[in-house]
Amino acid sequence: MTYTKRFDGRKAFDEIRPISAKAGVIPRAHGSAVFTIGKTVAYAAVYGPRELHPKFLQNPKTGILRCHYNMMPFSGSGERVKPGPSRRSREISLVTEKALQPVVDLSQFPNAVVDVFIEFPQTDAGSRCAGICAASIALADAGIPMTDLVAAVSVGIVDDKVLVDLNYDEEAYEEGPVADIPVAILPSTGEFSLLQMDGEISKENLLKALKMGQKAVAQINSVQKQALKEKYAGQEADVADSNTSGGEYHDE
Amino acid sequence: MSDVTSVLKVQSRDVVVPGEVLAVGMDYLPSFGTYRSRETIRAARLGLVTVEGKVLKLIPLSGAYLPKRGDMIIAKVIDILMSGWRVDTNSPYSAVLQLKDASSGYIEKGADLTKYFALGDYVSAIITNVTSQKLVDVSMREPGARKIIGGRIIEVSTNKVPRIIGKQGSMVSLIKEATGCKITVGQNGLVWLEGHPLMENLAVETIRKIEKEGHISGMTDKIKAFLDSRLKETKHFDEEQ
Repeated sequence: MTYTKRFDGRKAFDEIRPISAKAGVIPRAHGSAVFTIGKTVAYAAVYGPRELHPKFLQNPKTGILRCHYNMMPFSGSGERVKPGPSRRSREISLVTEKALQPVVDLSQFPNAVVDVFIEFPQTDAGSRCAGICAASIALADAGIPMTDLVAAVSVGIVDDKVLVDLNYDEEAYEEGPVADIPVAILPSTGEFSLLQMDGEISKENLLKALKMGQKAVAQINSVQKQALKEKYAGQEADVADSNTSGGEYHDE
Repeated sequence: MSDVTSVLKVQSRDVVVPGEVLAVGMDYLPSFGTYRSRETIRAARLGLVTVEGKVLKLIPLSGAYLPKRGDMIIAKVIDILMSGWRVDTNSPYSAVLQLKDASSGYIEKGADLTKYFALGDYVSAIITNVTSQKLVDVSMREPGARKIIGGRIIEVSTNKVPRIIGKQGSMVSLIKEATGCKITVGQNGLVWLEGHPLMENLAVETIRKIEKEGHISGMTDKIKAFLDSRLKETKHFDEEQ
């Protein structure tokens, strides 16, 4: 077996690439975030809730969520990514939407729409997961009612090793079997809202991989929380010294 | 607490994010912006926690304005209908101003409605009704409702409107007195001001300051000091001229 250690120098097979996140990076959007995992960078901007046209798309019972996934032309490994919608980007937009749907509650906004635009200036595998992570921070930043922050990561096998967060070199490994399984998890309940697979995997390895994924997701979730708290931290500090005088809050 | 197993995981006025655990145990009660799943109470949006006895609720820090009956808003005319106007409310839903609600006078059927309010005009109006499907009616046959002429309109975060108004309007009247501007604050986050151009600038600056630091206690005093110092500066400036 030739695959014995991570190609990018990571120490362990359950180690994710370095992650960072920041909320409120696009001032004109109602909510926004950037999420970086290794060399993959995802920007998400949320607009809405706002009026939805054409009218036949409206749902009188609830607002709808619309996601738009897009890789920028220069975001690949140097080959130009053809701009514009493609079969792949439509699929990823759809699964992103479905991954986020279980946490957002748009019942207060009938007939309206919340648009999530996810853009990638740079990708190195795991982009749909990075996109979901960025989008859930941006949705929270926009003040959308939601029960949880969805976190996502890819897991899988390369050769005979079970691992998390494959980079492009690992995904493209040719001397043995590869399985790439992007998963999105609701950290509060441990439920999965995205589970796709490219490749083959045994039942035992799949269960092992998903366990590792759950651990990785906990790390990602704390970074997401941190990003939001940092943005609103000023208010927290200000509030701390207002503790002495109650009743500063009245709703009119 | 009667039950030792109930634990509060946050302090009042912490910033919390969706899904964050606020309390464990059945002794606490979820209110606005929070939800219970089995033993735990979690945040259902981004906001500031307030603990009122056993009740946990969130004050939103972001999010769109949602029309509410009785609110005074500043709206922009975006369409002219058969018998009224459609106005943009700076929220996900536009509102309708019916002909009969538009003025205390009588407007004849078939009159040229643009003579009253043209496209792009701003009005201050009261929300009279909101349906479950968010069809919104506004009226101008109410005290304080009028067509807005002159001045300027700025947009502020709708969650900061109560801070800008202050208790019984203390904050906004402070700014009015200090700058001599006329100011109308709409619940939907649009603020109209009119006065001396320099004073308008100062008022805008003050409002931005409140928006940024809105949750500090003794904010009124702070703003007062800020306005006083800035007014002195302008006076010097005027004398030099």
